[in-house]
Amino acid sequence: MSRILNKPVDVAVIGGGPGGIGAAIRAKEDGAKNVVLLERSEELGGMLPQCIHNGFGLHYFKEELSGPAYIHNLLKKMERTGVDVMTHTMAVNLDGTRITALTENSVVDIDAKSVILAMGCRERARGAVRIPGHRPAGVYTAGTAQRLINVEGYLPGRRVVIVGSGDIGMIMARRLTLEGAEVLCLVELLPFIGGLIRNEVQCLRDFNIPVFTSHVVTNVIGKDRVEKIIIAEVDKQRQLIPGSEKEYDADTLLLSVGLIPENELSLLTGVELNPLTGGPFVDDLWQTNVPGLFAGGNVVHVHDLADYVTESSEMAAANAVKFISGSLRTDRKLTVKAGKNIRYVVPNTIISDQPISFYMRVSWPLENATVRIGNIFEKKYTFVRPSEQIRIDIPANKLKEVSDEIVVSCDGEEAIAR
Amino acid sequence: MSSISKEIICLQCPFACRVKVELDEYNQIVSIADNKCPRGKTYAEQEVVNPVRVLTTTVRIESNDSEHPLLPVQTRDAIPKGILKDAMKELADVVVKSPVKYKDIIVQDILGTGVDVIATFEILE
Repeated sequence: MSRILNKPVDVAVIGGGPGGIGAAIRAKEDGAKNVVLLERSEELGGMLPQCIHNGFGLHYFKEELSGPAYIHNLLKKMERTGVDVMTHTMAVNLDGTRITALTENSVVDIDAKSVILAMGCRERARGAVRIPGHRPAGVYTAGTAQRLINVEGYLPGRRVVIVGSGDIGMIMARRLTLEGAEVLCLVELLPFIGGLIRNEVQCLRDFNIPVFTSHVVTNVIGKDRVEKIIIAEVDKQRQLIPGSEKEYDADTLLLSVGLIPENELSLLTGVELNPLTGGPFVDDLWQTNVPGLFAGGNVVHVHDLADYVTESSEMAAANAVKFISGSLRTDRKLTVKAGKNIRYVVPNTIISDQPISFYMRVSWPLENATVRIGNIFEKKYTFVRPSEQIRIDIPANKLKEVSDEIVVSCDGEEAIAR
Repeated sequence: MSSISKEIICLQCPFACRVKVELDEYNQIVSIADNKCPRGKTYAEQEVVNPVRVLTTTVRIESNDSEHPLLPVQTRDAIPKGILKDAMKELADVVVKSPVKYKDIIVQDILGTGVDVIATFEILE
């Protein structure tokens, strides 16, 4: 193994998904001389090559695209920009803006003037949701099953129970059904379906797949392979309701139980994480607390749309280039706080006087809701749901009068349980 | 006279009205109710008379790239919902050879719908 010391670059981007590719292109476009894009797997694209369903790109490319098509279009955009792409390269250490990475046959030290974190997120697995029972084969995260079916060409099971009614769980229910498996049911802990209504209609109802809200898996039975899955209903205090058990002869259990921003690398250099998002605290320039270290996309907070992942990472890159040239202006410091019915809001501080996009999620669904950004801006929504991220763009002049703190809150009427 | 009642969740706006559609024994629409706006009526009619969906799936590909045995594809436009599974069966036997370019036609006029199945990625090797 050879050690190549000190590869100096202007901007290094860690992670080659829809965020990282966008960031690398933007850094080049904005005048960074050397831009390196590090990707640990064999190809660029992150999760999107396995997301063969539609719904990507409407915002960014003004066209409805599949995941692979979205990446195809981004890669076309990157052609001839001169971004130095390093696949099979895994960043293993971060010290400020100095990266140590492993390639297939060497160790590289990359001395960057600025680094953009674009590592995305990963799935929560069985251990994170404490599902009781045996430990047989046949328990997969939804994303693993998606890769097996859509990229590698294997059907992971024939009779499937899915935990979690988020979009990934519902999309996998349709995919498995179309590929000839039988999806016995979806099980959702919360009293409402987690994903988009469009997916509830087109992935579940279209194929008569039942979904049980306020239900949990209480047992996984099977010696070598999953043989039975037992589910049961829970009450409002999430206590099991005796006698509500249902038993399924399933050979497969899919887990679609949430995503966590992937920040082990960030922690190595003292990036402060927001416990509510699992991602770094960032300011409105997508800067972390470590100077020169920017972050965009799902490494900051889990987005609904790949389009916004690309967009926020581009913003991070634009500001990283300004940071290098010393033209990053920081005029003030405002703290942004999540108030009533707001689970989290990004960014956490405002230091510039540029226009700002606030991203947030509500804690609980409401009807006829109003989201307020302090007392300077409000927007009305017929519905707000935890599963649907809210984005509010504020023009620069609106925030001029605010001095030190701004609270984002959401009021409305209790949504009728569906 | 027997009638059938169907509930259609409208996808035209975030309200997601649960529109009630009554059909007679000849599958003709008798009434549409519980939609908050005219778009809900049009949508519910379409969903009852001829619901359509874009199909996204994969076909097998022979290439020098052993890590990509599959090519992602989609129907260029929506096809009737009722034939999605038939279309899957049709596509199960399709094997294409590389190189395939983005938006290349993989199957022309699938199941007589007039809709082509196209590649949504390119595999050039």
